[in-house]
Amino acid sequence: MMIKGKVWKFGDNISTDLIAPGRYFHLRNDLQKLAMHVLEDAMEDFSKKVKKGDLIVAGKNFGLGSSREHAPRIIKLAGVSCIIAESFARIFYRNAINIGLPLVELKETDGIEQGDELSVDLENGTIKNITKNEVYEFEPIPNFMMQILKEGGITNYIKKYGDFPEVSE
Amino acid sequence: MGKTMTEKIFSEHVGRDVKAGDMVISKIDVAMVQDGTGPLMIEEFKKMGFKDVNVKRALLVIDHASPSPRKELSNSQKLMREFARSTSAYLHDIGEGICHQILVEKYVKPGDIVVGADSHTCTSGALGAFATGMGSTDVAIAFGLGKIWFKVPETIKVIIEGELMVGVYPKDVILEIMRILGSDGATYKAIEFVGECVESMGQDDRFTLSNMAVEAGAKTGLIPTDETTKKFLESSGRGSDFRKIFPDPDASYEKVVKVNASRLEPMVSVPHQVDNVKPVSELEKENIKIDQIFIGTCTNGRLNDLTTALKILEKNGKSPNVRLIVSPASKNILNRALKEGIIEKFVELGAVIIPPGCGPCVGIHQGVLGDNEKVLSTQNRNFKGRMGNPNAEIFLASPATAAAAAVTGKITDPRRFL
Ligand code: SF4
Repeated sequence: MMIKGKVWKFGDNISTDLIAPGRYFHLRNDLQKLAMHVLEDAMEDFSKKVKKGDLIVAGKNFGLGSSREHAPRIIKLAGVSCIIAESFARIFYRNAINIGLPLVELKETDGIEQGDELSVDLENGTIKNITKNEVYEFEPIPNFMMQILKEGGITNYIKKYGDFPEVSE
Repeated sequence: MGKTMTEKIFSEHVGRDVKAGDMVISKIDVAMVQDGTGPLMIEEFKKMGFKDVNVKRALLVIDHASPSPRKELSNSQKLMREFARSTSAYLHDIGEGICHQILVEKYVKPGDIVVGADSHTCTSGALGAFATGMGSTDVAIAFGLGKIWFKVPETIKVIIEGELMVGVYPKDVILEIMRILGSDGATYKAIEFVGECVESMGQDDRFTLSNMAVEAGAKTGLIPTDETTKKFLESSGRGSDFRKIFPDPDASYEKVVKVNASRLEPMVSVPHQVDNVKPVSELEKENIKIDQIFIGTCTNGRLNDLTTALKILEKNGKSPNVRLIVSPASKNILNRALKEGIIEKFVELGAVIIPPGCGPCVGIHQGVLGDNEKVLSTQNRNFKGRMGNPNAEIFLASPATAAAAAVTGKITDPRRFL
């Protein structure tokens, strides 16, 4: 899977409270509306600025906090095609893969700036920074998760196959 | 090679020896959703084509917006009630309490694997269960297939030595551990809390430790079971569920962290990060005025928390300049507090009692803060916007420190009042 897009840059510790604030709890059944508030406490008007296919690049521990799956869902709904961060909180990581939002763990994101254009190759574990003409490498996404992403998420996968992909050790 | 508690529990469940790092698909004993995550779980459950739940102890708890403050949420809750009626899942409706408290009072047994669509599902780890939070879709799979995939985590062993000084509580210990580990210090890991200080703690206090494991990114926070666990289970009529779960002496750990409880003083987590922890003596000098105090939540809303706070307040009275909100974590706790006259005393002191549930913790209703206001809460999270207003500041502390702030109207060392 290849992903290409422009970067929106965030810092460390972007919590699910910042992504999907509790004060919009009543919009959880209307994700389109909730998505209009995605990350607004971290970046003003993010939902208006972000374009389809754009990428989020962040620091450490992205998605920490509550297990609300609405957080990755509204990021995806807002048009974001992939999140690249130095590390992810565990529940967020699972949730994102489950809903078919690719995540990349990249050791060092300091070199990437807002507005840079990237092209991400999930299977081979490479990111090309087209703006800066640089290449970064990351640990490719495990096959188990790649299969889920290819079906557009685990719900589709289970609906189709009735069970999980095979786990390889 | 010996096994950690996590490795033991997974090995039992999958029927072969597993070790940290293995990918496994394991059977689930208990699965849970609350009203914030339940409606999405139901949607995905239906999309996957499931008809009934495939896990014996499956529960839906309405605790986050309870009772509902607006029609959109009422409709989601209706969906949960309908789901429970049409499947073999159990429903715990408004007023019954916080999902994690209900889990430990009624459902979780030592050695279980528990998944809940709520990050603080790790609370049940204090009963020697591998209990972890997941998203709605994962829990929908657990409801439907009765199994889920895991990567068996490495374990960080946290040894808590010594004895707590008067005025210092398990909440202070776990805040200190958060300071040491940092908000991502245990990401993808399990924590085992051991040591003489843990052994001497009552079961209620142990839940406070396990509850906050996720604030360091941990999957769960396990505590070996013992006589205390047994007594707790017996007190809720589940004595026969008791079994010993403990790590092997030669188990292998990713890391060992030692904390000396004897030297600890009361701690406070300062906005907007849980691991931003400072001793109360230092903050006291800054003269930090508090507008609202909240005593409750799955972290510190149990009977001993209420009695600790009450003792300080009874002797010293509440400042007229603070609003005090108290919420027992479950109906069972509320009932006991009523019988013991605790609720009456809180009311006389000027506290507002709200029904068992999450209350103001997650910013949906009941006690949302005004701009630039400061709250001191016994909860587990102080992220910006957490309690409904990104322009407010949240401090986290023990029930005793919360009570001391209710007396003076500012952050105060509770040891002054003991
Ligand atoms: S009390 Fe707070 S932390 Fe606990 S389950 Fe409720 S919202 Fe979550």
